[in-house]
Amino acid sequence: MQTTESHPSHNDTGGMAALISRIALAVITPLIIFYALYQGFLFLRDGDSPKWAMTLIAIIWGVGGVAALYWVFNWLVEMLPLAWMQRLQPFVFVGPALAILTWYLAFPALRTFWISLFDRGGPPEQFLATFTSWPPDSWVGLQNYTSIFSERLMRETFRNNLMWIVFGSSFSVAFGLLIAILADRSRWEKVAKSLIFLPMAISFVGAGVIWNFMYEVRPSSVPQIGLVNAIVVALGGEAHPWPAYTAISPWNNLYLIVIVVWLQVGFSMVLFSAALKGIPEELKEAGRVDGAGEMRILSGIMIPYIRGTIITVWTTIVIFTLKIFDVVWVMTGGQFGTEVIATQFYRQSFVARNPGYGSAIAIILLIAVIPVGIYNLRQFQDREVF
Amino acid sequence: MGAKRKKLLNEILVNGALLLLVLIWTVPTLGLLVSSFRSRQDIQTSGWWTIFPHREWQTTAVIENPKEALGVDPNEIMEIRGATGTFKEFREGVADGDVQVTWVGNKRIGWVEIQEQVWAVNWDFTLENYSEVLTGKEFEFTNADGEVITIPGENMTNSFLNSLAVAIPATVIPVLIAAFAAYAFAWMNFPGRKTFFIMVVGLLVVPLQLALVPLLRDYKALGINGTFLSLWLAHTGFGLALAVYLLYNYISTLPRETMESAFIDGASHFTVFTKLVLPLSVPALASFAIFQFLWVWNDYLIALIFLGGSPETEVITMRLAEIVGSRGNDWHLLTAGAFVSMILPLAVFFGLQRYFVRGMMAGSVKG
Repeated sequence: MQTTESHPSHNDTGGMAALISRIALAVITPLIIFYALYQGFLFLRDGDSPKWAMTLIAIIWGVGGVAALYWVFNWLVEMLPLAWMQRLQPFVFVGPALAILTWYLAFPALRTFWISLFDRGGPPEQFLATFTSWPPDSWVGLQNYTSIFSERLMRETFRNNLMWIVFGSSFSVAFGLLIAILADRSRWEKVAKSLIFLPMAISFVGAGVIWNFMYEVRPSSVPQIGLVNAIVVALGGEAHPWPAYTAISPWNNLYLIVIVVWLQVGFSMVLFSAALKGIPEELKEAGRVDGAGEMRILSGIMIPYIRGTIITVWTTIVIFTLKIFDVVWVMTGGQFGTEVIATQFYRQSFVARNPGYGSAIAIILLIAVIPVGIYNLRQFQDREVF
Repeated sequence: MGAKRKKLLNEILVNGALLLLVLIWTVPTLGLLVSSFRSRQDIQTSGWWTIFPHREWQTTAVIENPKEALGVDPNEIMEIRGATGTFKEFREGVADGDVQVTWVGNKRIGWVEIQEQVWAVNWDFTLENYSEVLTGKEFEFTNADGEVITIPGENMTNSFLNSLAVAIPATVIPVLIAAFAAYAFAWMNFPGRKTFFIMVVGLLVVPLQLALVPLLRDYKALGINGTFLSLWLAHTGFGLALAVYLLYNYISTLPRETMESAFIDGASHFTVFTKLVLPLSVPALASFAIFQFLWVWNDYLIALIFLGGSPETEVITMRLAEIVGSRGNDWHLLTAGAFVSMILPLAVFFGLQRYFVRGMMAGSVKG
């Protein structure tokens, strides 16, 4: 502070000029950056350069633009007097995140609820106009919700989601635990675990292709090319298009659930494996001294010890299966009695063009997720993540 | 001795069970990979597992005009090369040990095929499928009726580039924004800090489906529907809550002394953030970035809604789903296409396994 005062400006006009040029700079620099970003936006929206050039420019524009905005706003704030700088700088840092979150999650949650109170016409364009001529033509109140709970197709949808939750989570937990226990005792633990984890890198669409191929069915006169049906036929059974085999409805859903279990077991296995390694050796030794067999130690000592982890995995997968979409959409498109909440939401909102009904489904999804989500988050907080 | 045997038995049981499970988990992907290198004809007529040695019927001899050559009467029970049966049975094929005899055609002008069971492997691999899905040029093939059909390639190169153009900014932008916010929450003082942070954590439980209908309206109003920008922003918005939360957990545990000594040296928050906090947080940033990158790369729903159906901008998952829909039985294309869409995630998996696993575990609560 004192050092700056010990260097008084030589004359007032020079100080004035410096101030003016600083202000001019403060105005012009952001303007240049905004202009450049806007030009980039127009170019990306309307330009027709070769694909790779557009891709490269898109990446530079997107990433460089965000960095430039932070830099410029911080630079502006740091030019302010100290007190103002300290007051405003945190908002330069945290502001963009809060603004985006408000626009993308907080506000849409309210807007979706609002839209869910209207029929396929949707709420009026002007928000205030809704109230000047109350009620608007498209207003239906809670009717979307009552019809969701009375329609047969929606009941089937809820039943399917329940199957997903029950079987998806318990299979994932059971297999994850089994593999973690087995791997813990084998000498090739690392290799086994990474091979089991590998499907987590695969997209649901890709997994859909993989499993469509597994379930591929051929007439009985020619050889089967899908592994599942080849095994079934070799064992003397009859080939069926399993996920689309409506004769066993609703159990054909299980053939879709298997896919997600296949994808997600890696997740539960890693958590269980870490938890099992955290069990103190003395505890297991004490059990052995007391003459307990391996099975008894597993059920009496190890599983109770990792109970917390089991609950975490369970709730995470419950939330995950509540929101399941891609697998069903790619495998069956919701046909053959495999519709789930998220596919219904998509169908109603974007295919049947009935966003009111679709939004009501989304709100129900939110209500179903919230309690499990809060519980899961509490568990998650207690866990070392990185 | 008994205890030792029991231990050995136990070990065999554990390793055997584990091996079986690992096989079950690997075989679906392996089948896809193998099939993607087999020709259209091979995939349609035999299982991919026939690349392993197996017993197969192979025609060893053909006898033309069997009535005279063999002196048999198709109207009675015949004996050909040790196999006995009626004409009807021979039409289906009569097996005698390792030899199978089949009458092809009708009684008057048919012929007899002698087949023997031999060990065989189907090792006819080709890269044709990949060039067909990757390029946009036209392909010709002859179908079962001898008809020549010309079809355009699937041009996945284009959608691969689109996916990169979507996924890279959609990873870097949220990481950058979240790192700034996480730093502010951890090391800066401002009114409402706690409230805002609770809001961020609370938004973790909101399913992204909830935001899609309103956002589509906004995008249409702004005229950015169908652009990559719309996807970057969407993925930023949906990934941000998790990113802020995870990076806060990491950045808030950085040693206080390091920070304070930097501030005493007169460094500003911006300098401390860029010169000190970002380099120190690389492990956390990398883990989250990998998770977010794979999430965006593998995403289908958000791309489907905001990009619309334009083939110019469609990303790789959309392209693949499109092939599933339009060419659902062309397994030579589907297998190669699926593998093209998986190649980058698999490379990340094998190359950066430690960060990959950490990122996936941390990302499990994403909305």
